[in-house]
Amino acid sequence: MTKHSEEITLMKGNEAVAHAAVRCGCDGYFGYPITPQSEILETLMEIEPWKTTGMVVLQAESEVASINMVYGGAGCGKKVMTTSSSPGVSLMQEGVSYMAGAELPGVIVNVMRGGPGLGTIQPSQADYFQAVKGGGHGDYRMPVLAPASVQEMADFTVLAFDLAFKYLTPTMILADGIIGQMMEKVILPPFRPRRTEDEIREQCPWATLGKTPERDPNYISSLELRSEEMEKINLRLQARYREIEKHEVRYEEIQCDDAEYIFVAFGTMARVCQKAVELARAEGIKAGLLRPVTLFPYPTQRVSVLAQTVKGFLSVEMSAGQMVEDVRLAVSGTVPVEFYGRMGGIVPSPSEVLNALKTKFL
Amino acid sequence: MSSIQDIVDPANLVYEKTTVMNDTPMHYCPGCSHGVVHKILGEIIQEMGIQEKTIGVAPVGCAVFAYKYLDIDWQQAAHGRAPAVATAIKRLLPDRYVFTYQGDGDLAAIGTAETIHACSRGENIAIIYINNGIYGMTGGQMAPTTLPGMKSTTSPNGRDQQLEGHALDMSKLLVQLDGVCYVTRQSVHTVGAVRKTKKAIRKALENSMLNKGTSIVEVVSTCNSGWRMSPADSNTWMEENMFPVYGLGDLKDI
Repeated sequence: MTKHSEEITLMKGNEAVAHAAVRCGCDGYFGYPITPQSEILETLMEIEPWKTTGMVVLQAESEVASINMVYGGAGCGKKVMTTSSSPGVSLMQEGVSYMAGAELPGVIVNVMRGGPGLGTIQPSQADYFQAVKGGGHGDYRMPVLAPASVQEMADFTVLAFDLAFKYLTPTMILADGIIGQMMEKVILPPFRPRRTEDEIREQCPWATLGKTPERDPNYISSLELRSEEMEKINLRLQARYREIEKHEVRYEEIQCDDAEYIFVAFGTMARVCQKAVELARAEGIKAGLLRPVTLFPYPTQRVSVLAQTVKGFLSVEMSAGQMVEDVRLAVSGTVPVEFYGRMGGIVPSPSEVLNALKTKFL
Repeated sequence: MSSIQDIVDPANLVYEKTTVMNDTPMHYCPGCSHGVVHKILGEIIQEMGIQEKTIGVAPVGCAVFAYKYLDIDWQQAAHGRAPAVATAIKRLLPDRYVFTYQGDGDLAAIGTAETIHACSRGENIAIIYINNGIYGMTGGQMAPTTLPGMKSTTSPNGRDQQLEGHALDMSKLLVQLDGVCYVTRQSVHTVGAVRKTKKAIRKALENSMLNKGTSIVEVVSTCNSGWRMSPADSNTWMEENMFPVYGLGDLKDI
């Protein structure tokens, strides 16, 4: 973030998303209630941004409708978003794929809960595969940001829109129930005015705002029946994903410089592992933490560099082990990569994580 | 006998194609109702002078390529989701004319939830609903609107109501919703019918600017390819079989 308003407030991660959306000039929010993220829609309905910035807020009849409303709004070049939790995000996958195919920008927040199925309302990170590897049908990827604090819930709401419009792609914030529900201090982003229609016409010449005499009709579609043309679209998308991989990798390192063992964790588990690093260091174990901030693009290069100096990695996740596959791909067998995780909504404690490190490596 | 010069003399012209409809060859089968409804739409948009202010939402189905033929801005929605897509467009651009153009598979099967809730919210959009009782694009399968006893590739011995349920009359259902201001059922198989449909679609588009709620124009249509009939026989079959179930006229107008 460049410049924040200086006011520090205390709020939930979910509330921070709502406030940040209004502040960053979001044009429309479309959502459906689901635990543990309903506060986002509730907060927006309470602050009534349509009376101030003119932002549209609408409770849809389903997550299927929500994501297609995002499609419609994005097709007009508007900054639009939806939020949900795991089962709801599964329902959105068709729409996300259509947005990727139609090259539409938009923000989807997944405040993950445990699955499969209806699962639990407790936190989880088990939608990593869905978010990072595709989720919907067809060859597409999208930027995935993993916030680890309420502050990042606010900051990434702004960043996600910027990435979405820079690369014309749906962009996901992959949080979990703890990040959504916990209260922390946060400095909200400064107000940005919503873009005018003239600005949208200039920045998004493809937007369906009504055909003017000086241009051909615009149409938003992911359909192309001619194989050669469809492959060209695929190649264009793939080239864009390579650009994203080149320019948008984000991660944080904590005490990795002299580390012999590195925890790899994102979101809530990164917070837990940060404490585990402290506990390990107090016992004389040289531990560090690599926290991927972008899950796509993944900090593959950084992991492979660290692999040259460490004795091993421990991927710690609230899942059966999903991100660990990307760590293993990056390490490529040079040092051991182990996994520790809990499921069903259980959050491992720092000492539990440290014990796992000892058991696997020491 | 008049010469070519006389015929092309502007003073002697009796008909002019709307400029909103372009010259792209249509993929629709000869005899299909879609082309007529497209032409009507183009004429209305031109007559109302709203080409710059109109955004169409195309479905999945035969009209998936509607954006190729009418020179307005379009979005092509996922199957059944056009009313959700149109909801967002209209809410974000309230001074635009926003319409969906959907078939019976799109609107009455996979998109039932989106249709009912857009109508229940009273979205200020026009819904143009082409009901030919069959899935045309995929080759003539049974639709929710397929008549009892009617043959399709997935009801080859005729729709058995005990096994496959009943024909779904969406317009009758939508009439009951408070968000809906106008429901009418028309057809385009005769000159008179075309004129009535044109009036209905124009009214639906006009309603969308009056904050009255949702307007639905159902066009009972033929699918001669899917029905395995000639275009002329299809029109007769429609009159004899479709109209008794899907009766023409206004169902709601407030």
